[in-house]
Amino acid sequence: MGQVIGIGAAPKRKEDQRFLTGRGNYVSDIKRPGMTFGVFVRSPHAHAVLRGIDKAAALAAPGVVAVLTGEDVAADGLGSLPCGWGISDAKGVPMKEPPFPMLAQGKVRFVGDMVAFVIAETLEQAKSAAELLSVDYEVLPSVVGVLDAVRPDAPQLFDDVPNNVCCDWELGDKAAVESAFRKAAHVAKLSLVNNRLIGNPMEPRAAIAEYDPGKSHHTLWTTSQFPHVVRFLMSALVLKLPEHKVRVVAPDVGGGFGVKQFHYGEEAVITWAAKRVLRPVKWVADRSEGYLSDRHGRDHVTEAELALDENGKFLALRVKTLANMGGYLSTFGPNIPTNLYAPLLGGVYTTPAIYCNVKVVFTNTVPVDAYRGAGRPEATFVVERIVDVAAAEMGIDRVELRRRNMIPKEAYPYQTPVLVQYDSGDPMGCLDGALVAADVKNFGVRKAESARNGKFRGLGFSTYVEACGLAPSRFAGRLGARGGLYESATVRVHPAGQVTVLIGTHNHGQGHETTFAQIVSDKLGVPFENVDIVFGDTDRVQFGMGTYGSRSLVVGGAALSKAADKVIVKGKKIAAHLLEASEQDIHYESGKFSVAGTDRVKTIEEIAGAAYVPHNYPLEILEPGLEEQAYYDPVNFTYPGGCHIAEVEIDPETGIVTLVNYTAVDDVGTVINPMIVEGQLHGGIVQGVGQALYENAVYDDSSGQLVSGSLMDYCVPRADHLPMMKVATHSTLCTHTPMGVKGCGEVGTIGSPAAVINAVVDALSHLGVTHVDMPATPNRIWRLLQNASLPVAAE
Amino acid sequence: MQISFTLNGRATTVDVDPATLVSDLLREQLNLTGTHVGCDTSQCGACVVHLDGVPVKSCTLLAPALDGATLLTIEGLGATAGSNGLHPMQEAFREHHGLQCGFCTPGMVMTATALAAANPTPTEAEVRHGLEGNICRCTGYQNIVIAVMAGAAAMHATSAGE
Repeated sequence: MGQVIGIGAAPKRKEDQRFLTGRGNYVSDIKRPGMTFGVFVRSPHAHAVLRGIDKAAALAAPGVVAVLTGEDVAADGLGSLPCGWGISDAKGVPMKEPPFPMLAQGKVRFVGDMVAFVIAETLEQAKSAAELLSVDYEVLPSVVGVLDAVRPDAPQLFDDVPNNVCCDWELGDKAAVESAFRKAAHVAKLSLVNNRLIGNPMEPRAAIAEYDPGKSHHTLWTTSQFPHVVRFLMSALVLKLPEHKVRVVAPDVGGGFGVKQFHYGEEAVITWAAKRVLRPVKWVADRSEGYLSDRHGRDHVTEAELALDENGKFLALRVKTLANMGGYLSTFGPNIPTNLYAPLLGGVYTTPAIYCNVKVVFTNTVPVDAYRGAGRPEATFVVERIVDVAAAEMGIDRVELRRRNMIPKEAYPYQTPVLVQYDSGDPMGCLDGALVAADVKNFGVRKAESARNGKFRGLGFSTYVEACGLAPSRFAGRLGARGGLYESATVRVHPAGQVTVLIGTHNHGQGHETTFAQIVSDKLGVPFENVDIVFGDTDRVQFGMGTYGSRSLVVGGAALSKAADKVIVKGKKIAAHLLEASEQDIHYESGKFSVAGTDRVKTIEEIAGAAYVPHNYPLEILEPGLEEQAYYDPVNFTYPGGCHIAEVEIDPETGIVTLVNYTAVDDVGTVINPMIVEGQLHGGIVQGVGQALYENAVYDDSSGQLVSGSLMDYCVPRADHLPMMKVATHSTLCTHTPMGVKGCGEVGTIGSPAAVINAVVDALSHLGVTHVDMPATPNRIWRLLQNASLPVAAE
Repeated sequence: MQISFTLNGRATTVDVDPATLVSDLLREQLNLTGTHVGCDTSQCGACVVHLDGVPVKSCTLLAPALDGATLLTIEGLGATAGSNGLHPMQEAFREHHGLQCGFCTPGMVMTATALAAANPTPTEAEVRHGLEGNICRCTGYQNIVIAVMAGAAAMHATSAGE
């Protein structure tokens, strides 16, 4: 008999057995009878008129089944890829929203834009035929950077989008901010670049589609974080298919980080193609193809100004950002640098006035959308960097300046001047915990030791907050969301008491099969091993918005908790009947329904048995069966946060920055499984460290070619880049989620870039360095050192 | 061409185009999909298998190289040692939460077992260096490093006890 393993325990993960033994079921592992293979022909040019495509040679190649282009898409009257958010400028003018065809029509707008889909009997045949496709391009001048894109003479991607500006968006009280700046004793200024990133989940994207003409039914297997949303968007808006005739399955998915939370053109093309050829079609991206087509992240150019009084109290923050959207609007694209960015500019501080202007700009690059953290790391980087700049300029200790401006624990709930209201938090507690854990008081000793070895040592702080658990639908709707953002869960108690949960979130590394089973085991008192979590299949799971924005436990877990509560409510009615007591007298605890004050008890297994074999059952008032469903729409975002402290050592001879210590104390609310939370923090921190020290998506300015187009050129962190990190939690409970949870998937990535760069700047501050753009590569640091006016010596 | 080799302890003969990569042979022809392909530049290490006991990236190895050799994949690892079908290294990854999405895991475990076989008591630095050719995007490597050190100790304890 298995045990109840509840909230706060750290059982080993249910999903591990299959992954450890090579028995996972990823999309690329799937084979279907009669399967064909598809290859996408992608534009080699950043910007070009598509004059014509000659299919003849490709069609005549051995094994070719079909060659499909944008003309075929247009002939079939199909829609373009929808954007899920519609933002507006200050006057209420909606963003420019040019169509995003699933295969290019008329023009290509980035290197990697899809031009054709070639299907053949084998992958090799499809690849060979793709090379025979004759595409006539008239190459146009291109533009890849945001500063260049908004110049008056810049090449224009769309005729009806002047200066490539999709939307000139703003948030905050501009007049109040200007007035505060006039009164300021000091104004700190900072220009920065938030580097463009490529998510790189280890599993490349892939899809298989199949059409059953006997049932007029489509199936799509896809590497997606939100299969129900893919089904909805693709069926209703792109392919115009009845949704009940489309099944979307996202089986085991090898990492997402946001990259797999969009509806991609490949999904629509392959689903459409499978019906045209009446054969299953499979496509698996190469890693290099992923670099040219997976949605990228970040890519901001920002100017920030912080106004302070003579005591270092923050009076106002003013931020101007140019945000790169790439060549088209992706599913969440315009939402990321606006609604998920500016509302976080308050940070953990009492800054009374904030104004943010964001120009959302088209360029000839891969569309930019959410990548782990999505908007919030960018905001945190602005705030935490400019606080350090202000501290240095005013001669106030960095930690002291933070303390003077931090929201005290007692001040929660705290209304910021930028829409959001933090429900709970204790930034000072996280800071105090981190200072001890990072042994900050002995930093001087370590710095001196480094100096003796000819190295520069620096310490960096980031005290941050994020908004996650996306999202309250009504609030999101006001901000421009075109869909709801609730989550659903079904708890199916089987006749013998085992439980299957059907949930609309998607597990691609987060350990949901374990965490969610703990919630059910805890609430229903059933053994942990008797609970299975089903996700990722629109034919099995009722509905769901999927996994992104640290929402699975916060929103999905809440739906699950509510569904389990409904099971208990029904169980009480059944127990009252079986125990011949009134429902009010039934007491429920840990899987046992008892008559208060007696030893008469029914277990949940007995209740389930009675519900499915209702011989002795209140059929007049109650339906048989024990299965309950709940939809949960959050009332607010959740606001995890914390304090990260990075310690780096820089070798002035080579410019190499080594992260030597890293400490994080995070407030993620209630912790369901501490082992899994720690793992999420580790992974998140390292992705942020990657942004700060290694990762950079680089386009060539003149040709628009992606220079960092493979794992050889785009450096993701390796095991030997990192020290053992210290992570801990310092939790305050969320006041509005059923279990007090806040989410933990993105905190690491949000807090860490600023901590690392603040440490790098600290290490170089004696040379007059006041800012270093990410990534702080050896080349960049070495050049800084060469240009520094002081001699390159540690002492 | 026809090639014969020992695959996860079994004599195997296959007909294969000599231009076939071992990773494709395993995944497409032999239906052993535990060996993953995560890149096209031999960087990620998701495809690592043991060829005559040596860890190799199967995405850059041609099938004819297998003729007469012994090949071990993730599917065959657990069968060779340990209880519950798990090799001590696999068990250590589970115990120390050394995996999240699972995609890099087979290659990571295969590299780790070879590393631990060659060096029964690796230091943290040795493990980190030894894993340099395997990329994990989920875990931040911390728990993988802990798992490899624990797995190496367990492998050594198991073999010492036999």
